[in-house]
Amino acid sequence: MADEKKLCLSGSGITKVFGIGRQKTVAVDHVDFNFYEGEIISIVGESGSGKTTLAKMLLGLISSTEGDIYFLGQKRDISSQKKKQEYWKNIQAIFQDPFSSYNIFNKIDSVLLDCIHMRGGRKLPYAKKVELMSEACSFVNLKFEELTNKYPFELSGGQMQRLMIARIFLLKPKILLADEPTSMIDACSRATILDMLMQLRDETGMTLIFITHDIGLAYFVSDSVYIMEHGKFVESGTADEVILHPKEVYTQRLINDVPKIYEEWDLSTV
Amino acid sequence: MKHIIRQVFHSGKFVVGFCIFVTILLVVIIYPLFITDSPLAILGQGTFFPPGIYVSTFDSINSPTTYTLDLNDAAAVRIANKLSSDDRLAIKDWLLVAGIPEDQIDITDTKKLLDQWSSNYDPKKNIPGMTNAKRNYFVRLDNSLKGLLSAEGAIIATKNPETGILEQTGIVNQSDYVNINQVASVRWLPLGTDNFGRDVLNELVKATVVSLQIGFVAGIIATLIGLTLGLLAGYIGGIADDVIMFITNLFTVIPSFVLLILISFSIGQEQRGAFTIAVVIGFTSWVWTARAVRSQVVSLRNRDHVNLSKLSGHSIVHIILTDILPYIASYVIMALILQISSGILAEAGLSILGLGPRTTDVPTLGLMMNWAMIYQAQILGKWWAYFPVLLTIALITFSMNLMNTGLDQVFNPALRD
Ligand SMILES: Nc1ncnc2c1ncn2[C@@H]1O[C@H](COP(=O)(O)OP(=O)(O)O)[C@@H](O)[C@H]1O
Ligand SMILES: [Mg+2]
Repeated sequence: MADEKKLCLSGSGITKVFGIGRQKTVAVDHVDFNFYEGEIISIVGESGSGKTTLAKMLLGLISSTEGDIYFLGQKRDISSQKKKQEYWKNIQAIFQDPFSSYNIFNKIDSVLLDCIHMRGGRKLPYAKKVELMSEACSFVNLKFEELTNKYPFELSGGQMQRLMIARIFLLKPKILLADEPTSMIDACSRATILDMLMQLRDETGMTLIFITHDIGLAYFVSDSVYIMEHGKFVESGTADEVILHPKEVYTQRLINDVPKIYEEWDLSTV
Repeated sequence: MKHIIRQVFHSGKFVVGFCIFVTILLVVIIYPLFITDSPLAILGQGTFFPPGIYVSTFDSINSPTTYTLDLNDAAAVRIANKLSSDDRLAIKDWLLVAGIPEDQIDITDTKKLLDQWSSNYDPKKNIPGMTNAKRNYFVRLDNSLKGLLSAEGAIIATKNPETGILEQTGIVNQSDYVNINQVASVRWLPLGTDNFGRDVLNELVKATVVSLQIGFVAGIIATLIGLTLGLLAGYIGGIADDVIMFITNLFTVIPSFVLLILISFSIGQEQRGAFTIAVVIGFTSWVWTARAVRSQVVSLRNRDHVNLSKLSGHSIVHIILTDILPYIASYVIMALILQISSGILAEAGLSILGLGPRTTDVPTLGLMMNWAMIYQAQILGKWWAYFPVLLTIALITFSMNLMNTGLDQVFNPALRD
């Protein structure tokens, strides 16, 4: 596998500075990375280390102060609304806070319909759309018939995050950026959601960029790991390299913060 | 949506404000259906007739049937109407000066008092220290007292068109009555007339309609401009934001009322229709809406639901309309209500300064205040010419602000989380 790896998303010197003058915050500070197709990449860091900011730059939701991002080996061009929309067919995201991810005025079907339309299914007969939506919902163990005419805020946090996965199921992007998708969810639904995410990844073969503050989780899911501290990648490599033989004090500390790595994750997956 | 409306109507303040406002609206809509007189028609020959029921004297005399009622207090009431207790005291003062000893004067005994008066009053008598006004008062009093105690009726005479001689055609006795329902011409003026002799109530209803229209037009214009600029500046950002905020700041430093005065003045009296004034008010009062909308949009545009909408391939217009606007809709409605009520106040302020709409086609609340002030209704104590207008302005703005406070109570907890 190592020989045929193809670059999917890469960047060099990516920097994001918020504010000017004395209020300046360097949220992301000259990071370099190479994400390969089909890999699961974890970005691990404490809260406030700049993970979400980096994710938004990768998604093209905010511009970077410095640095270039390459998509499928080409310099990424999202200069116009059209190009952006094209780019977003390839890269999608699940955000940290499900409660603020949905427009509270839109019904659940419209969230899923948008995805079908984005995949070029605008002209499909309605019955076919319903079939697609039901399939997506049943993939994440939701019943579509119960969700029609409901609003996202009528669901629990776990259900909302599952609906997000259903979205990805319909969109089938090349890259999925999951920004701490389980950190706001109660512990019981966490494992289910991770399972669904992994299953979806296995079925579609998409590249998964998994952002987390939990290095144990990162070790459990990912092929390669990037450790982020104060906006910089301080250590990177395969999961085994980084976590079993950490070089940095910061990585060491992150590992120590997670007691009993193996037990916890063995339990939850059985 | 239904849920929100139900919640809004659970707020006591909103309901009270809403009821007052709807009542005013209903009155101004229904009243003209029944009273179709032109609101600017001049009825009274003279200024400031007090509120009351006006009965045609001529028609009363010529009423087809007259009724005789023997009412015990009729005479007493008639005398009291002409001879108040102040008049009695004044008579007593005169009699004292004329040299009648105090113990012989009884101001409660009307007959004796009048006898003493008629034998002692002399209009030519010069009393030292008496003002001219007081002297005239006594002359008037003396005239009105003539025949006060007589039980005779009044004779009605008409001129014979051929001979030109007065001929008696009837007599009106003191116990004669007419039924007001049978008098051909009766006019109720609940709020009297104004300085031009117009029916104040009629005028007030029309003025309320016009002022509300001015408020709505001004409010909608101001809110639309503020909303559009705020959305553009807030969502698009960058140069658009800088330019719009520069203009907005320019308008902020110039007080909008001063601007309003200058514009109204330069338009000129003849060009200033009610609609023009409304447009001018609208164009000078959008600033705060624009600023507030912008700051709300700035905080909204980085929310995850907007990001998700972008990722779902929606266009900027679609995002503004579905992901931004609904979130600020409650705020915009509140701003609109406030703009409407401040538009009504701005018109009133302008008109009081004499810079309101031209006075020839429609009355407005501000114009009515202006006329009352020019003719010194407040000094002359003609309360019906200005107090109902003030009350209407107060009720409209009060009810709208009450509705706003109610909406605030409902929406703000939702905005906070
Ligand atoms: N829009 C913004 N404006 C200013 N500062 C920001 C903004 N977004 C994030 N930051 C700052 O950037 C830093 C990184 O934040 P973030 O990327 O959210 O971290 P993480 O996702 O790792 O918790 C923080 O210090 C945060 O205060
Ligand atoms: Mg984050």
